[in-house]
Amino acid sequence: MNNKFIIALLFLWMPLAQADVAATTKDDPALEKRAMALSGHLRCLVCQNQTIADSNAELAVDLKNQVRDKLRQGQSEQEILDYMVNRYGEFVLFSPLVKSTTWLLWFGPLLLFVVGLYVLAVNLRQRRRLMQQAPTLNKEEHARAAALLSGKETKGHP
Amino acid sequence: MNRFLLPLGAFVALVIFLWIGLTLNPREIPSPLINKTAPAFRLPQLHESSKTISPEDLRGKVWLLNIWASWCVTCRQEHPLLVELSRKNFVPIYGLNYKDRREDGLALLKGSGNPYVMSAYDREGSAGIDWGVYGVPETFVIDKAGLVRHKFIGALTPKLIDDVLTPLVKRLNDE
Repeated sequence: MNNKFIIALLFLWMPLAQADVAATTKDDPALEKRAMALSGHLRCLVCQNQTIADSNAELAVDLKNQVRDKLRQGQSEQEILDYMVNRYGEFVLFSPLVKSTTWLLWFGPLLLFVVGLYVLAVNLRQRRRLMQQAPTLNKEEHARAAALLSGKETKGHP
Repeated sequence: MNRFLLPLGAFVALVIFLWIGLTLNPREIPSPLINKTAPAFRLPQLHESSKTISPEDLRGKVWLLNIWASWCVTCRQEHPLLVELSRKNFVPIYGLNYKDRREDGLALLKGSGNPYVMSAYDREGSAGIDWGVYGVPETFVIDKAGLVRHKFIGALTPKLIDDVLTPLVKRLNDE
């Protein structure tokens, strides 16, 4: 009896919980699209590998509402990004800025690629040199090698 | 010999980097507010909704702003420590009751003691956003000139109070 009552209460609660989100999304699809696009560039600091667009954490919902409000007030995307950075720091930007402290982050993979290319080139050159240094066979040895390879000569096999 | 030393060296370097990575706390994000003027707000007080409180009112003294909420488990764990700190009369602690129900916040203070000189009541969390709050509890140290000088993310601990907070407040009081 008690359980049923609780379950019934839960069902009563659900529409209330969703109403909050729905009210903000349906009135202006174009603005909502911009808000979500911009939210995709902002990190959710509670769940750090998600953007606030992807997150339903309470803070992310609040920040999304801030983004919507500010867009509605006519602020530009850059102004809103600056607003967030001033409060939460550069970490709030989902893709880090390109500056001296993030060069390694941005160009590290390229650096690794270049190093890899260099190692490959050195290796290939070394191998070519080894090939050139390989002992050359005279006619008889060639003939014997060919015979060995074709399986006709068995002499010398244990 | 080189054949083995090079990969071994690279491996050791990797281990060192990963080891350092393990000791870092990814939740601690440096606040851009450090050494900047504390963000302004004027909010109703938790105890008396007709009165307001603003960081402006506290110019000229060193104070702490502790962001807390009754729904925040870590805040409840931190709470006794704040009460103890407040009894020492070492530094005034002001609270920002963040996205809480007024009666819940008041009930917590009534039940477990009130370490705050005053608490601001931030129902919508708007001041919280201005202060860059992303995980309660957070504690800010504000100096006489109204600049934010330090931010503790997460609960204060006795060690943090002894090693960081106390020397910092002493230094700021002398400034």
